[in-house]
Amino acid sequence: MATAHSRAAARLTMSPAVLLLLCWMLIPLVMTLYFSFLRYNLLMPGTEEWIGVLNYQYFLTDPAFFAALANTLALVGGVLVLTIAGGIGLALLLDQPFWGQGIVRLLVIAPFFVMPTVSALVWKNMLMNPVNGLFAAIAKGLGLQPFDFLAEAPLSSIILIVTWQWLPFATLILLTALQSLDRERLEAAEMDGAGALDRFIHIILPHLARAMTVVTLIQTIFLLSVFAEILVTTNGGPGTATTNITYLVYAQSLLQFDVGGGSAGGIVAVVLANIVAVFLMRMIGRNLDI
Amino acid sequence: MGEIVLKQITKSFGDISVIPPLDLTIANGEFVVFVGPSGCGKSTLLRLIAGLEDVSSGTIRIDGKDATALPPAQRGLAMVFQSYALYPHMTVRNNIAFPLKMARLDKAAVDRKVEAAAAVLNLTGYLDRRPGQLSGGQRQRVAIGRAIVREPTAFLFDEPLSNLDAALRVNMRLEISELHASLGTTMIYVTHDQVEAMTMADKIVVLNAGRIEQVGSPIELYSRPRNRFVAGFIGSPRMNFIEGEAARGDGADTIGIRPEHLVLSTDGGRWSGTVSVSEHLGSDTFVYVQVDGIGTLVARAGGEFPVRHGDRVWLTPQAEKLHRFDAAGNALSSLASGKKVA
Repeated sequence: MATAHSRAAARLTMSPAVLLLLCWMLIPLVMTLYFSFLRYNLLMPGTEEWIGVLNYQYFLTDPAFFAALANTLALVGGVLVLTIAGGIGLALLLDQPFWGQGIVRLLVIAPFFVMPTVSALVWKNMLMNPVNGLFAAIAKGLGLQPFDFLAEAPLSSIILIVTWQWLPFATLILLTALQSLDRERLEAAEMDGAGALDRFIHIILPHLARAMTVVTLIQTIFLLSVFAEILVTTNGGPGTATTNITYLVYAQSLLQFDVGGGSAGGIVAVVLANIVAVFLMRMIGRNLDI
Repeated sequence: MGEIVLKQITKSFGDISVIPPLDLTIANGEFVVFVGPSGCGKSTLLRLIAGLEDVSSGTIRIDGKDATALPPAQRGLAMVFQSYALYPHMTVRNNIAFPLKMARLDKAAVDRKVEAAAAVLNLTGYLDRRPGQLSGGQRQRVAIGRAIVREPTAFLFDEPLSNLDAALRVNMRLEISELHASLGTTMIYVTHDQVEAMTMADKIVVLNAGRIEQVGSPIELYSRPRNRFVAGFIGSPRMNFIEGEAARGDGADTIGIRPEHLVLSTDGGRWSGTVSVSEHLGSDTFVYVQVDGIGTLVARAGGEFPVRHGDRVWLTPQAEKLHRFDAAGNALSSLASGKKVA
């Protein structure tokens, strides 16, 4: 029972943690906000001065910004579609009884434990490399011209790498959702004359809707800030072909030493992430209502 | 129409045989109840008929056609599951319409049939709700509605009332019986509750460890059980069994007498004992009597019978209601002939 006393005590005991978290979050945010209104270039120390919204004006009118925005959306959207579609497929397969099920399920999760820099390096040097890579060897074995993935289709290649990393997560969530589906419901649908495809569309997919929303939400949060894979493989190039907002902010502040411009970009990224979050929360709210 | 014939069917899961060779004929329009203790194979038998499990050997004929290898949807049967198995993301209307939509019926026909089924089951006001917003009894009716719109050759019920509370169960029992009377369709009903079996069935199939112990009308099973298992399973409170000296006096290894066929008396009778518990229900009195040299016997007296714990009472079995069993538990015929009943 929460009495007025116990509520007050709860607030009192919680406040240090809340205050610490607030400081942890607010101080960097406020400093970034402050830097974004300064001319602050590491190559010209001592010349910092207040320049109003000029940093924002430069960042938002930079052609690289629109390219980065499009790349970010393509990366997030592409990976989401591939992981959810692939995850449903894999979950359906793994849900079937077969010999060695436990070990296979364990192996399926494995890519999730490989850190992004390592997996990107493995993909770049051992799989996609046009000279030494496995794909090139296969192409040559078939008498085809090896394909230089990261030069010819850089963004698609990065989407592929990131998809490989996130597929286990989607599979795992969707598999657990699938296992919670009442077998009698599937049998009832079978008795009702629903074939395998009808059962998938009318029974299994609606049952997975909630899990798909959860996968979308969690992955979006992480996919908006994909960075290591880009840094290791393409450095945002060729040109701005694989630069996303996160990478653009990095390039602005640490490659061009423009801390003010980078901070402005960071604030823009925060605003964009919040817009995405509003849409996602609406979608979740609707889906979790049932 | 809905005649179902099982011929020498068996079912085993791996090395474990669940149903030894079994023959059963269910006539058109009959209400057949499969009853037995948990794990006796009654649900498995129903699932074999439904086609949700494949038989290991033997044939199933439905409506004169061999249905042994047919998939469930083509057997023309509809099933009501224990968990109802409703589709939670669909409205009641769409739940009931689902089998019709799967049969690719046109929309007008679907609507007409759904409305008609809803009217029969008093669901008209709930068509646009989801299963989550309905009570247990209403969900049960939706599940039945989904079965009747298909106009199946037979209905299969898998313990449909076990998730309902006692009062609702009695109501739904009546509703299902009325539905059977009005539709006249063959129904197969699985339950472990012998009261459900006795009240609803035209024909009861008593199963034990996959074997059919006896098939017959409720009264037949009650008055002429073929063996000790059926005698003990049908009737509530269960039949009293007496072994040893007392039974040998009647020329049997075991004698059985139902509580309602024991005459209670406070001044004299065949067996005497002391009352350990007496249950006074008003309409009946059940008296648990510790009989000297025999053990506890239950006796029923109609109306009120004023005895208390520790009172001395006498019990006398009605001779013509006495059941006699041999050492293997099979029933022996009346005292005079002393022969086995087939």
